[in-house]
Amino acid sequence: MAIQLTAPLSTEEARKLRSGDSVLLTGTIYTARDAAHKRLCELVAEGKELPFDVKDAIIYFVGPTPAKEGQAIGSAGPTTSYRMDAYSPILIKEGLTGMIGKGKRGPEVVAAMQEHGAVYFGAIGGCGALLSNCIKKAEIVCYEDLGAEAVRRLEVEDFPVVVIIDSEGNNLYESGRKAYLESI
Amino acid sequence: MREIQAKELTAVIRRLCIEANCHLPGDVKERICACRGEEPWDQAKEILDRIIENFEIADRRDQPICQDTGVACVFLKIGQELHIEGDLTEAVNEGVRQGYTEGYLRKSVVADPLRRVNTGDNTPAMIYTELVPGDKLEITVAPKGFGSENMSQIKMLRPSDGIEGVKDFVCKVVEEAGPNPCPPIVVGVGIGGTFDKAAYLAKKALMRSVDERHPDPFYAELEEELLRRINALGIGPQGFGGKTTALAVNVEYFPTHIAGLPVAVNINCHVTRHKTEVL
Repeated sequence: MAIQLTAPLSTEEARKLRSGDSVLLTGTIYTARDAAHKRLCELVAEGKELPFDVKDAIIYFVGPTPAKEGQAIGSAGPTTSYRMDAYSPILIKEGLTGMIGKGKRGPEVVAAMQEHGAVYFGAIGGCGALLSNCIKKAEIVCYEDLGAEAVRRLEVEDFPVVVIIDSEGNNLYESGRKAYLESI
Repeated sequence: MREIQAKELTAVIRRLCIEANCHLPGDVKERICACRGEEPWDQAKEILDRIIENFEIADRRDQPICQDTGVACVFLKIGQELHIEGDLTEAVNEGVRQGYTEGYLRKSVVADPLRRVNTGDNTPAMIYTELVPGDKLEITVAPKGFGSENMSQIKMLRPSDGIEGVKDFVCKVVEEAGPNPCPPIVVGVGIGGTFDKAAYLAKKALMRSVDERHPDPFYAELEEELLRRINALGIGPQGFGGKTTALAVNVEYFPTHIAGLPVAVNINCHVTRHKTEVL
């Protein structure tokens, strides 16, 4: 049975989630991938204000295809998360509580998640057409010059994710594979 | 000698870019469904169901299967009795430009790997040409996503490493990639040639149907054994555990130097896209 969650996500709620939990997310989340993360972290380094409030925010690592007429967004599945590993700890320290992506994360990200109380969610990679059904609204917040990599504010409804790494560092990639191998 | 205008290619490339991105090839669909039937692990079954639902939606709506609509890899088999009048490279790039712009596909190419400014129209294409007998032109467009491309590796093995060295390297690449390339994956393996030729063979191997084994029984057996070993790793769909880690392993080989055994592994995700047309 999936847990219903509303974004933004408080640290307290983030800490309650456990690796393996299925979650349906509703509310406001932000998109950012490589180029946008680089700019956001440069702003943090310069002590400048960020273009959106990262406190309690969830960032979705995605660069969608362009929307056709009548669509809120084009196909919008997750991109591989490790490329954001250099940046995520900086944003977690600024109050980010959730990330949505796919694939492994480095120990520096997991340590920041444990220290500050954040979770790493996975959405199904390569299912961009299906996932776009759950995105009801998309608008550009900043960095329009980056095209698909611009930061967008998304309104999502029952967006399906699973907790891959929780705030205690438990990891579904390790436990899921181990459980399967023990079952055969 | 038969003659065609280079610009005739533009409309074909445009259409192939859009169709390849929105409609998964039948062999890949069937293989995913067959693996769903044989998958014993509950979470893996659920993920495969979502993957099937996703390509059905993409078919119905003519929508990209995945948001990473890739860099356009264009394979041209050019008959040596055919003369192409005009600028072939520009005709291909114009087709990519039109396909990606008018087809609502993502523009994912930067003009320079270090200065990283997006070209805005997904050009240039990666063009691979091969001369073949005859007067036809075979065009294959294969949009290649980089989640899986980034997990690919090449290694110059020693001849003494032999077939066991090749098998171990292929499995090591898949193991290290883990959940990153969106399993279930298709694994392209290139063995022999030179450093660059092996990589090309690995990419070319991904163009072959997942149902078609290598015509040489020795390599067909190698493909089957590699698939068994990879699917025993337990990585599973999306890396959450399960039997279905790879849909197929396709191997291509080429003669090589007495001192060498190059091996390249090019990984593709479950959205293994390619579409071919002959002019």
